[in-house]
Amino acid sequence: MKKIKIKVNGKFKTVLNNTKLSDLLNNLNIPIKKVAIELNQEIIDKKRTSNIKLKKDDKIEIVHFIGGG
Amino acid sequence: MEEDNLKKDKLVIAKKKFDSRLIVGTGKYKNMSECAKAIKLSGAEIVTVAVRRVNISNKKKPLLMDYIDPKKITYLPNTAGCFNSTDALRTLRLAREIGGWKLVKLEVLGDKKNLFPDMIETLKTTEVLAKEGFKVMVYCNDDPLMAKRLENSGADAIMPLAAPIGSGLGILNKINIQIIRKQTKLPLIVDAGLGQASDATIAMELGCDGVLVNTAIAKAKKPFEMALAFKNAVIAGRQSYKSGRIAKTIMGNPSSPIEGII
Repeated sequence: MKKIKIKVNGKFKTVLNNTKLSDLLNNLNIPIKKVAIELNQEIIDKKRTSNIKLKKDDKIEIVHFIGGG
Repeated sequence: MEEDNLKKDKLVIAKKKFDSRLIVGTGKYKNMSECAKAIKLSGAEIVTVAVRRVNISNKKKPLLMDYIDPKKITYLPNTAGCFNSTDALRTLRLAREIGGWKLVKLEVLGDKKNLFPDMIETLKTTEVLAKEGFKVMVYCNDDPLMAKRLENSGADAIMPLAAPIGSGLGILNKINIQIIRKQTKLPLIVDAGLGQASDATIAMELGCDGVLVNTAIAKAKKPFEMALAFKNAVIAGRQSYKSGRIAKTIMGNPSSPIEGII
């Protein structure tokens, strides 16, 4: 199966082509209820991550709350 | 009776009621348990939080939500570190997505050294956020004209700075804060620049509805004691404001009666 390069939180990552976004989040151990996800600058509905298949050069941002003033 | 009146005196922001008028930031603490304990001692019911990337290489890094329960304490996501409208909007839309947060704190900075707000970007962003259904508390300059324009743009709370963020200088322009107080019925919360508990008392005595403090507590030599000091200072200032101070005179006025002097 073909491998592709994507960027997750600014870092390159190699995954199989057509990997589901939900599988990537599972692999990264992301607590889905406590984060928000952007795919190529568009906010993703967290309920629909299994419908999204990753493509070459996709940029994913996973954010959460941290301490701040 | 007097104590009952104080209990009824709530801080109301976007129709939500709070008993505490002290909002605290969750940044700059040594660790999350120190932060959580300081918040508890401060009595704060609202805390500001920042939106940042999840550390994907360290999966065991502790999460803020594990220490501060968002069901018990209202999270107020902020846009700290944003220098334009696009970044601020992106940050708050993401914050809303994390768990449905609509009450947010907007700050769009204009200068990396003095951290003063860029009021043109701030106004523009407030308008967009209000249209998108956000409840926006807005960090701003202590400028009555800008505060008025924010109000007209749909802000839910006006948050003028006391002094530059993290400076600890206290309230530099009391007159402006009083002018803003007189012109607005919106919640007025002094944000940024406080250094010690008495600064919070002064803010409350000027008629502010609340204060927001981070560095002055987190970076005090004893953060827990300072959290408690700020809690008491805010209560004292509010009570003092509500009690109606005496008029100022330049001459003395004896406290004991003149009549019957021997």
